[in-house]
Amino acid sequence: MNSQLAEAWAHLPAYLGGHVAVSVTALLLGLAISLPLALLSLRRPTLRRLLLGFASVVQTIPSLALLALFYPLLLGLAALSERVFGAGFSALGFLPSVLALTLYSMLPVLRNTVTGLMGIDPAINEAALGVGMTRRQSLLMVELPLALPVIMAGVRTAAIWVIGAATLSTPIGQTSLGNYIFTGLQTQNWVFVLFGCAVAALFALAVDQLLALMENGLTQRRRARVTAGGIGLLLLTAAALVPGLSQARVTYVIGAKPFAEQYVLAALMQQRLQEAGHTATIREGLGSAVIFNALAAGEIDAYVDYSGTLWSNQMHRNDVKPRTEVLADVAQWLDREHGIVMLGSLGFENAYALAMPRPRADALGIRTLADLAGRASNLSIAGDYEFFGRPEWEAIRKAYGIAFREQRQMQPEFMYEAVSHGDVDVIAGYTSDGRIAQYDLTVLADPKHVIPPYDAIVLISAKRKDDKALLAALRPLIGAIDVTSMRGANLRAADGKASPRDAAQWLSDEIQRKQAGTKPGGPVR
Amino acid sequence: MTDRRPAISFDNVSKRYGDGGAPVLDGVSLTVREREFLAVVGPSGSGKTTLLRTVNRLIDPSEGVVRVEGRDVCELDAVALRRGIGYVFQGTGLFPHMTVAENIAITPKLLGWDRARMAARVDELIELVRLDPGKHRDRFPAQLSGGEGQRVGVARALAAGPRIVLMDEPFGALDPLTRDALGEDYRRLHDELGLTTVMITHDTLEATLLADRIVVIRSGRIVADDTPRALLNDAPNDYVRALMATPRRQAERLIALQNPAAGRAPQ
Repeated sequence: MNSQLAEAWAHLPAYLGGHVAVSVTALLLGLAISLPLALLSLRRPTLRRLLLGFASVVQTIPSLALLALFYPLLLGLAALSERVFGAGFSALGFLPSVLALTLYSMLPVLRNTVTGLMGIDPAINEAALGVGMTRRQSLLMVELPLALPVIMAGVRTAAIWVIGAATLSTPIGQTSLGNYIFTGLQTQNWVFVLFGCAVAALFALAVDQLLALMENGLTQRRRARVTAGGIGLLLLTAAALVPGLSQARVTYVIGAKPFAEQYVLAALMQQRLQEAGHTATIREGLGSAVIFNALAAGEIDAYVDYSGTLWSNQMHRNDVKPRTEVLADVAQWLDREHGIVMLGSLGFENAYALAMPRPRADALGIRTLADLAGRASNLSIAGDYEFFGRPEWEAIRKAYGIAFREQRQMQPEFMYEAVSHGDVDVIAGYTSDGRIAQYDLTVLADPKHVIPPYDAIVLISAKRKDDKALLAALRPLIGAIDVTSMRGANLRAADGKASPRDAAQWLSDEIQRKQAGTKPGGPVR
Repeated sequence: MTDRRPAISFDNVSKRYGDGGAPVLDGVSLTVREREFLAVVGPSGSGKTTLLRTVNRLIDPSEGVVRVEGRDVCELDAVALRRGIGYVFQGTGLFPHMTVAENIAITPKLLGWDRARMAARVDELIELVRLDPGKHRDRFPAQLSGGEGQRVGVARALAAGPRIVLMDEPFGALDPLTRDALGEDYRRLHDELGLTTVMITHDTLEATLLADRIVVIRSGRIVADDTPRALLNDAPNDYVRALMATPRRQAERLIALQNPAAGRAPQ
């Protein structure tokens, strides 16, 4: 527990810094856009309806989806700008997060500014003109000061929303307090999850109270309070940003998808690079499509993917080939289409596999997918968020004629628990997952070989293809990890007992031990 | 009084909104002379407030010409015009987020007076409207009584030293005692400062007791224009007669109540 807390503390400068940078930028940008728009729309009813309508629609989009949508949009724009101007920009992380959060901040500011200004007694507006104010003077001296409490309420709402939603910028590559939450959820590290939530909440509360102090100072005309609130906000922002800025620039960026195995492998690669005297950082929690595009764009330098994932998601193939041919085709395609180097396979597969508790499978006499087909209409299945949308699920259903009574999407961590308790009958698990053995599940055989092979492969960005230091540091991992070692490491990382870094260290020791064992006389450290 | 120069003149002024509807003002011609106190009386919706607002261009007429001190207002800068004319609003119109002093000093501030001159002027005006600078200067409008609020409203209108003051039912929302005192006090200021005042009211008694001259307006047209005495004694039509008879009848009933022998006792 204490070590988890210590690790959480160690991440705080980077995570909080990223979080503050993205939310403060989005909030400032949101204010800079929303306030003038609200003023502009004040005497233009059509524009006002359009703006408020647009902002309301944006608000109905779940924030995670809004953030996710900006990534491909910017990726397209970056490619266009690369083609037109010869210079692209990073579509990963900061930019899409800021833009999505900016949009997210607009509704409360727009709505409250319009409501506040339109709610002023017309007699007061008339008096402002009557004493000889211009429209502008009336706005600045009378209308805005009177609407200030309502406007500030909108700004405070926007601040809280943005700071909360910024935790969701982790999957599109922005380091934020969401890193605690996503990593914690994937590795069942509840200390991390709670820590991330608590820091985000404290930050939001602090900003809210400082804004309240400024508002109070403005309406009560206590200049000291306005100054104190402003300085407080600046100090808070600076305190969060400065430690992050002062951190040394890192040479290599390793990507990781949002699950335990990926965290462990990323940590392992980071350790390798650090041992070789380089600096390396991990961009974790990136979605499957995001991470591949990030590598193709050179925004990350290396990560581990799976041959079957690329085969179906990127190459759009649904035919089935033997393992080695798939690997060869994938390597060729990566090089041809993106200049990406496939350094090699780590030595194990992390394929999808349908699994069910051994006693239940034995009782029903189910050993293969073909056996399952006859019983499936009475059974339910759970899979992760991707599985039911993937071509191999389509292929399994077609090849074996399987139709389940019910299918449910679940956070992978909870699937195993659910199937062992009988909440669902079958799960689409992962072959390298330690919990298959832990929960005594039977992996159902695939006699027709419709599930593509999922060899774990190390990918290197085109930019780094000739980087000897990087290649030299990672090459020893090729072929060095068998599925038992990986399951062991995954189990350690997934139940929250060990951090991904500790699990990676264990895996590293395991690799050493096995290499020493199989190759007597090899180097022993 | 006819020897005085005209301060405000309306020449066949009409105001219409949209098309087809009845005009709010229908060919009004009227001259207000310097140092005159004119009351404009009429029922709600008669167009009297519209008439008042054409003077400082809060409303521009559809037809006709309004002149202030001989110049067509439509050729003047509206903002500069308004800064030069005092305006007392119905229900004070004070800015709730500004203190009494800031409210009073608003027009001087817009005119770019320096701080010391504004401060001196504020205290002078607070005393002029019979308030206490030490007590009231830094209060907010919400901390004032209705009468105090409208005294500040009058002070604000006078702040930049205008020669013309427009008043839109200034004392309408006040209790009778306050109203009477404020009316008297304002009339004194009007005379002392040599102002030209146009006051809108629907209270005939107030108009009769304060004004030099009463204009009765109905459905956008002037139906009477004379001194209070002349209108009381010889009204030009039945409507004006009924209007002018009301305060007199009230006064007679009051006297009867006080002294039953002098008149008919109320049943």
